[in-house]
Amino acid sequence: MAYKTIIEDDIDVLVAGAGLGGTGAAFEARYWGKDKKIVIAEKANIDRSGAVAQGLYAINCYMGTRWGENNPEDHVRYARMDLMGMVREDLAFDMARHVDSAVHQFEEWGLPLMKDPKKGTYMREGRWQIMIHGESYKPIVAEAAKKSADKVFNRICVTHLLMDDGKENRVAGAVGFNVRTGNYHVFKSKTVICGAGGASNIFKPRSVGEGAGRVWYAPWSSGSAYGLMIEAGAKMTQMENRIVLARFKDGYGPVGAYFLHLKTYTQNGLGEEYESKWFPKLTEMVGKEYLDTEGQHLSHKPIPTCLRNHAFISEVNAGRGPIHMVTMEAFQDPHLEEIGWHNFLGMTVGQAVLWAATDVDPKYENPELTTSEPYVMGSHATGCGAWCSGPEDVSPDEYFWGYNRMTTVEGLFGAGDAVGGTPHAFSSGSFTEGRLAAKAACKYIDDGKAEGIRVSEKQIEDLKTRIYKPLETHRVYSNEVVAGSVNPNFINPRQGLDRLQKLMDEYCGGFGVNYMTNEKLLQIGLKKMKLLEEDMEKIAAEDIHELLRAWELHHRVRTSESVFQHTLFRKETRWPGYYYRGDAMKLDDQNWHVLTVSHRDRKTGEYTMEKAPLYHLVGDE
Amino acid sequence: MPTFVYMTRCDGCGQCVDICPSDIMHIDKTLRRAYNIEPNMCWECYSCVKACPHQAIDVRGYADFAPLGHSVRVLRDEEKGTIAWRIKFRNGKKDMELLAPITTKPWGTAIPQLASEASPGNEMRDSELLFNEPKYIRMDEGGLHTLESNGLKLKEGVYY
Ligand SMILES: Cc1cc2nc3c(=O)[nH]c(=O)nc-3n(C[C@H](O)[C@H](O)[C@H](O)COP(=O)(O)OP(=O)(O)OC[C@H]3O[C@@H](n4cnc5c(N)ncnc54)[C@H](O)[C@@H]3O)c2cc1C
Ligand code: SF4
Ligand code: SF4
Repeated sequence: MAYKTIIEDDIDVLVAGAGLGGTGAAFEARYWGKDKKIVIAEKANIDRSGAVAQGLYAINCYMGTRWGENNPEDHVRYARMDLMGMVREDLAFDMARHVDSAVHQFEEWGLPLMKDPKKGTYMREGRWQIMIHGESYKPIVAEAAKKSADKVFNRICVTHLLMDDGKENRVAGAVGFNVRTGNYHVFKSKTVICGAGGASNIFKPRSVGEGAGRVWYAPWSSGSAYGLMIEAGAKMTQMENRIVLARFKDGYGPVGAYFLHLKTYTQNGLGEEYESKWFPKLTEMVGKEYLDTEGQHLSHKPIPTCLRNHAFISEVNAGRGPIHMVTMEAFQDPHLEEIGWHNFLGMTVGQAVLWAATDVDPKYENPELTTSEPYVMGSHATGCGAWCSGPEDVSPDEYFWGYNRMTTVEGLFGAGDAVGGTPHAFSSGSFTEGRLAAKAACKYIDDGKAEGIRVSEKQIEDLKTRIYKPLETHRVYSNEVVAGSVNPNFINPRQGLDRLQKLMDEYCGGFGVNYMTNEKLLQIGLKKMKLLEEDMEKIAAEDIHELLRAWELHHRVRTSESVFQHTLFRKETRWPGYYYRGDAMKLDDQNWHVLTVSHRDRKTGEYTMEKAPLYHLVGDE
Repeated sequence: MPTFVYMTRCDGCGQCVDICPSDIMHIDKTLRRAYNIEPNMCWECYSCVKACPHQAIDVRGYADFAPLGHSVRVLRDEEKGTIAWRIKFRNGKKDMELLAPITTKPWGTAIPQLASEASPGNEMRDSELLFNEPKYIRMDEGGLHTLESNGLKLKEGVYY
């Protein structure tokens, strides 16, 4: 094939995917590695890439220790409660104790943070959220990354991690292709910090046709962080913990500022409060530890997000939908009305477009809400991702193998969505994790752990053939039929994606089946995944853009397979409202108060599942 | 299609192509104008709209749920450090203009070059601290949180 091979050699720290986690990593790496070669390989353009491309209107993770607002352990307690007991508390504590320093830097860099005029503190949206004018959040952190990196390669879709040919289970860089020139890029590196983001579009979206891109998480979030790490043999955790969000209908506009700052609330189609009605019965399912309908006002424990979803879903199923957000009261205040609109324009413009198109003025009409399709991500309110080492001073032995945020593959680190068990990190926490990973990666190199890395020509050439195969398949078979998209020898990436989404939806608990699944369904689903895997060998790409879609699909398939395996393994319903195991409807602390960990064998593709201990590092008070 | 391009305003400069995170703004080879090659992978993120120097790109809501006749326009001005929005409802009843800051500092001036910062000493390397810490956590002399400093102990009793 005519594409050039471009080799970037002697890299110390390769940042694969520079969203919030990756930019934090690139920035910080320069401080600890003054003389190190730091390179970024990013699928889009780092100025506007990843989940924060549009901007954000809030930083969702800020302790405010400086103002005496919260300590890191408060955040651990909160995240633990919200996730029904399941978080890596060492990682969560570690992120939380550093996150304020990231936010304080953002302010110095020019990010407009809103201030509370009376207290002089940042304007709070909720206990953990502060409000910002964040349209340019991403360009600002990208600037920081660009100032630190030796080289930034934009438009490189990283398809595989390179493995050391000299030492088992050690990373040696990454390969990918430029989605504009088509050239093959090889990055030989001592360490890799994977920040390639979570997964949208693995479950069938509610939007169809032209609107299919209107998902809540960005349509370009292809689960590459998981796909890359799983294939490199990294252990994964909590992949069953997907997230379903309550959002404004069709536009998926965020509700956080509405609930927390504007003090709006929800009601059912009859205008009634419905949520609390579902809780007593739900308590039987999840136990008082997580939902104590009588004592909640005393314990001040927040009601986990998934349980609120459960009430929403149940009410709609009972025929009392639609659920409305009561905006008409708050919006009478012109200041709050403005905030309501700014909130969308800063991070989900599509919602403003929708209301303008349908003449919905929330000042005079309460808009509809919906529950989204599920997403897989490790930094928002759920904790999927790689099983990583924690920090030395906090982590118990099972959680510590030397280098903070290093996966079980040597030299491979994670940040943001890539790291498992660290929900509620959000943008600021992801950036912070990038920084932590960068420091650890530099230390790993300084300790001599990356000595003698070898990458054989064969590995490089084999991957090259593999990467371009979809173009070859298209070239060979496209002339066999007249034209059109139907070919007996191949499917295109869109067709593959449709297949994946349908089977994830129907067998793994998507919105189409009311988030319900069971062992039998999961088994059938996995069987169909095997067939899809076979057809993945026959994916055809007409051009380089389709080749990008083919590899995104590949990463989505890997992610999905892992979600299936984990969901099958955890024989209980830990998060009602995110998904239900119909054959094990109760939360079962006796057997399942544990983290789940998977490993996919690099050579055979076989999965091994295990339970890992769940340490509670901080007490309730 | 979510984004579309006004042919007469576009000069084919490629800025939208450069920025679109979904890789779907492309230049048509014959017409030499930009177009959205894959509307069903467009997030309506407005990155291309904001980047176009000629305001040649616009968005119309997704056909599967948004009726025609509305408009949401934007002007992002890095020099002034502001972003201006105009939202017009389909029925003409609402026509809003909203303005927000995008930065408080001139672009690119306030971010430090870490290469020119003093090198961290060994003590710093061996600690749990990051660049600018502990100062930047509390913005005072307070140290980093550890389990001990926060009066915490590893909780006995492990769940398995
Ligand atoms: C709609 C929405 C609203 C949100 N609201 C808030 C909020 O209000 N406050 C808040 O704090 N957080 C919010 N978040 C969460 C926040 O955006 C994420 O937690 C954070 O961006 C995760 O960082 P990340 O680096 O893991 O992933 P991302 O920021 O998504 O970055 C992933 C990067 O990897 C790149 N990439 C992907 N695949 C590849 C590949 N194969 N090769 C190379 N590069 C690749 C992508 O282009 C991207 O740049 C929101 C997220 C969304 C989607
Ligand atoms: S709105 Fe965003 S996703 Fe759509 S074409 Fe423009 S930059 Fe790309
Ligand atoms: S940025 Fe505007 S003018 Fe330039 S190619 Fe795109 S649409 Fe045309």
